[in-house]
Amino acid sequence: MSGAAAEIAFDRATKRYPGRAEPAVRELTLTVPAGAICCLVGPSGAGKTTAMKMVNRLIDITEGDISIGGTSVASLDVTALRRGIGYVIQQVGLFPHMSVAANVATVPRLLGWPKGRIAERVDELLDLVELPADDYRDRYPAQLSGGERQRVGLARALAADPPVMLMDEPFGALDPITRARLQQELLRIQHEVGKTIVFVTHDIDEAILLGDRIAILREGGVLAQYDTPERLLARPADDFVVRFLGADRGLKLLALRRLDELELGPLDGLVAPTADASTTLRDALSQMIVSGARSLVVVGDSGEPRGVVTLETLAAAVS
Amino acid sequence: MTDGLVEPLVAQSGPVIPDFGEGSDCVVDNRLFCPDWVRDNWSDVLQPALVEHVQLTIIAVAIGLVLSLAAALLTHRFRLLERPFGTFSAVVYTIPSLALFQLLVPVTGLTVTTVEVALVGYTLLILYRNIVEGLRSVPPEVLEAARGMGLTRRQTLWRIELPLAVPATMAGLRVAVVSTIALATVAALVVPKGLGYPIFLALREAFNTEIIAAGALAVALALVADALLVLAERALTPWSSARRTT
Repeated sequence: MSGAAAEIAFDRATKRYPGRAEPAVRELTLTVPAGAICCLVGPSGAGKTTAMKMVNRLIDITEGDISIGGTSVASLDVTALRRGIGYVIQQVGLFPHMSVAANVATVPRLLGWPKGRIAERVDELLDLVELPADDYRDRYPAQLSGGERQRVGLARALAADPPVMLMDEPFGALDPITRARLQQELLRIQHEVGKTIVFVTHDIDEAILLGDRIAILREGGVLAQYDTPERLLARPADDFVVRFLGADRGLKLLALRRLDELELGPLDGLVAPTADASTTLRDALSQMIVSGARSLVVVGDSGEPRGVVTLETLAAAVS
Repeated sequence: MTDGLVEPLVAQSGPVIPDFGEGSDCVVDNRLFCPDWVRDNWSDVLQPALVEHVQLTIIAVAIGLVLSLAAALLTHRFRLLERPFGTFSAVVYTIPSLALFQLLVPVTGLTVTTVEVALVGYTLLILYRNIVEGLRSVPPEVLEAARGMGLTRRQTLWRIELPLAVPATMAGLRVAVVSTIALATVAALVVPKGLGYPIFLALREAFNTEIIAAGALAVALALVADALLVLAERALTPWSSARRTT
């Protein structure tokens, strides 16, 4: 179970704890396509972490099933299953007595890789997470900043090239600037490695930024909606989802699209403020408001005008 | 106390009237400290006593460490054992050493075994508690990461928990070694071994030099042992002294 990404399928997966009337996760059915990031979001008590931990059986499934690449996780040896799944948690959990290299090498060593291959892999991964291997290999976790620790945590989870990654609020404890950087890093790394990722977060903005799919869970572990960020924002299933997405749902939707995705109007010699074609619709709207203009001239990379976007175009784009 | 502890001292000690033998004026006058006596008696009296003292200490601490580690590992696996083990080691610790020797002599006689059983008993409390504390000090997120990555219980114990318990264990070991070195002087009540023996002989004759020399050796031994353990701890746990350097 390594290498190419694999589809994860929840099939009526349910978790009941003894002595509790309500299940923590109730008949969760959803499929994460191979190579996609699925964000599990929801308020506290919605069972998002429970749902994630059923995938690597840190929590046992009471009823239903979860399969990875068509194989039920219940049918696999539990240690083999876990060694084939990258696991990243908020507090990172680096082993404090081991160097960065030894931490990253954890699963390859458990799998009995030869030393030379492990050393090569460690350096490759430290490069991937942008921690120069020569500088960081021999450090201990106590010698790293919070952001660096989570980079090492990510490298450690990727070490044996697992097809599937589970990430439990990995950036939740970081300051906003470091978090934003690591979110971008994750997208860049995912572009290279193409894993199937289940990503738990309580931050809907993070889910919209990172998720190819978003599963919104509500109290009692019930799936409220499972969709792409665009469809979720444009067509929320019910009031709960609407409330969870927030009053600025329209702005979030605008933020998902860029000016170059729009049908632009003719220039017609219009004089208006200019905006780069890669600007998000949200930022374009903001620019219109602060400049008092109802239209913007969209320009390409070398500053050549491409066309005009109006307030009405923006409104039509999200309705 | 008549049947056990005092008799060997009477039998083995010198005449009751002080007789410091042939020696310098310093020795004959029993001045505070006579370096020449130390020089003359180093190889016959002090050095053998020092070597015996080191042996008594190493055997006691080694056995105590093995027993404590076993008990701590059992406690780690079966939480219920903590109270009985903790209570036992605490009760042993509270028995005065003279009383413990007296209790043991009828069973094991005037032997090194008696001494070692008592010395081992006194190491248990500190070593057991420190190892249990050390195993317990492993942060929960570290254990969760280990489990999530597919380490078995045994691998988690050997690769994660025991190495992380080393600092607490070494702290306990330092206290155990230093207190055993001090306590082992009392062993001379039972067997004529260790730095306690020359002290006991000298006490009977109020011979200052021998008391001071043997006592100072015991103190020096404790300091050296402690320093060696500090160095050993640093070598074993390079990670605990590593702090942010950038």
